[in-house]
Amino acid sequence: MGQIEKTRLFQGNEACVAGAIAAGANFYAGYPITPSTEIAELAARKLPETGGKFIQMEDEIGSMAAVIGASIGGAKSFTATSGPGFSLKQENIGYAMMAEIPCVIVNVQRLGPSTGIATAPAQGDIMQARWGTHGDHPVIAFAPSSVRETFDLTVKAFNLSEKLRQPVFILLDEIVGHMRENIHIPHQDELEIINREKPLPDQPYKPYDEEKEVSPLASFGEGFSYNITGLVHDEYGFPTTDSEKTKKLLSRLQRKIDNHLEEIILTEEFGMDDASLVVVSYGCTARSVRQAVKMARKNGLPVGFFRTATIWPFPYEKISAFADKTKTLLVPEMNMGQIFGEVERAVHGQARVVGLNRFDGEMITPDEILQKILEVI
Amino acid sequence: MAIKLSEIVKQKELLAGGHRMCAGCGAPIAVRQVLHAAPQDAQIVVSGATGCLAVSTAIYPYSAWQTSFIHSAFENASATISGIEAAYIALKKQGKIGKDFRFVVFGGDGGTYDIGFQALSGMLERGHRVLYVCYNNEAYMNTGTQRSGATPMGTWTTTSPYGKGSSGKTQNRKDLTAIAAAHNIPYVAQAAVHHWRDTVAKAQKAFAVDGPAFLNILAPCHRGWRYPMEKTIELSKMATEACIWPLYEVENGEWRLTGKVQNKQELRGYLKVQGRFSHLFKPENEGVIEQMQEFVDQQWEALLVRCGEK
Repeated sequence: MGQIEKTRLFQGNEACVAGAIAAGANFYAGYPITPSTEIAELAARKLPETGGKFIQMEDEIGSMAAVIGASIGGAKSFTATSGPGFSLKQENIGYAMMAEIPCVIVNVQRLGPSTGIATAPAQGDIMQARWGTHGDHPVIAFAPSSVRETFDLTVKAFNLSEKLRQPVFILLDEIVGHMRENIHIPHQDELEIINREKPLPDQPYKPYDEEKEVSPLASFGEGFSYNITGLVHDEYGFPTTDSEKTKKLLSRLQRKIDNHLEEIILTEEFGMDDASLVVVSYGCTARSVRQAVKMARKNGLPVGFFRTATIWPFPYEKISAFADKTKTLLVPEMNMGQIFGEVERAVHGQARVVGLNRFDGEMITPDEILQKILEVI
Repeated sequence: MAIKLSEIVKQKELLAGGHRMCAGCGAPIAVRQVLHAAPQDAQIVVSGATGCLAVSTAIYPYSAWQTSFIHSAFENASATISGIEAAYIALKKQGKIGKDFRFVVFGGDGGTYDIGFQALSGMLERGHRVLYVCYNNEAYMNTGTQRSGATPMGTWTTTSPYGKGSSGKTQNRKDLTAIAAAHNIPYVAQAAVHHWRDTVAKAQKAFAVDGPAFLNILAPCHRGWRYPMEKTIELSKMATEACIWPLYEVENGEWRLTGKVQNKQELRGYLKVQGRFSHLFKPENEGVIEQMQEFVDQQWEALLVRCGEK
């Protein structure tokens, strides 16, 4: 990129690659899997043009490991996959959380479980993104609703990843990933690009400083001696079983996300002031919801639209803030109710929460949502 | 074991017609040749790794499989069938099962050379009595032609594109047949779909051995290789004549060439008829074909020595 781009017809997966390159990504390791393969194919073509590197790995596990390795080598690295591959990547994702390796993992969701329907959309990996790897750890995950937002959130994902030394997920879905929209790609100068902090030369270096939220990250080969491991480690990265140090490390990992909620959590709303029913949505489903809420408003119904682009950390406080002013929250999603439970936690009994779920590989239509609105309002 | 075509055509097709593989696809040809070699009185259990074959032969509400069939996850067809075979052995020992069961895996080159490699190696090492068949079309065709460990150097795929500074895949393929043989299993062979008699004979041997067997069968894909769909058999033949895909077997450690090549053809002619190599004939990619030829020659010569032909 880098040059002025005209308005272009872009696919979601294409916008993701464009966003990654705009954010400075220069390394991709991946493995073919529908419906994410276009991301690998485009990365294979585009990255070498900008001096970057693409490698196709022997499997999903290897892809995630190579992404971690590249990041430690100093690259801005990413990978893309879908449900089955996301499952295989989980151990290494946990490693990246623990070792605080910046990287971006795109999951173009398809219907599961298992091989499911490779070509059918779903929003079934919400909880897998949150708890797919073992142990307690914070997660950042975005779910774009449009092609342009895919570009923007990919840039943001890289920025947060670099800033917080944290793997970041982009939960695309087959609809947004394969949908084409006419979008304007911002000029490179309009974008804020964040790069990881580097340690100062000739200074003692602690890669996991207890006093800091996020420590600078030295790339291998830059002259700093330190250790990287998935084991619980001390400030220098060396393995420890000390309970005090363990608690401090895991608390800091959580804290670095908790302290940046405002920056991470992105939501959109309209029609909330007088709403007795608010439809809470994310990802592709938000597109139908937008239409349905407009239709309801046209019919004079007091319906509000609340969309979250950030799935994790979940916007509990924002939802809690309007829950007592409304009677009902409707949560349409293409799964059996994964975000539904989180909305219930946020609402905490202040209003009724109703789900609208499809898990048959078909998108939830505006008419279905409007029907449900009429039923429960 | 004499092979009579007149007998084979009377046999029941264990992969029935009506499946949804492309017209002109090499994979179902390979599968049918292998299954025609199965003992006629045995119950056949097939595991399919994710790939064109697995997703196109059992689409609801139909199944082309006249056998038991399990589509495993992508990476572990060998492990899945290891479990099935081990359970069969246990049940047989306990006298709970009397029939003769045979176990076959069909995986593409992606599911065999790459993601399924670890499970395959484990299965061969543990000695399960399973016939693993790789229908090899030299790339990930199910997801739209991405390079695999079986893709020859110089090949265009969507993840080994050609363009400025790139002439397609830069690495040579790995020699998986030899790697399988290095597990010291009773039977390993390389075959190709045009030579049905050779493939059926090899499959018969593979079914006969009391242990793991591995068949690597070249199964051209006109979509990914970019040639007219009626030329699959011709392409398979050309590959063996150019010695980029030699036919041989390794029986109890004995290497034997099964496809003697009378008149070794230059690789150039084989490459010329395929769209996946068309960029190699452009001036900017000069020298790549020579490099490929050199690799083929070197591999061929080494094989001749191994097979005692030189």
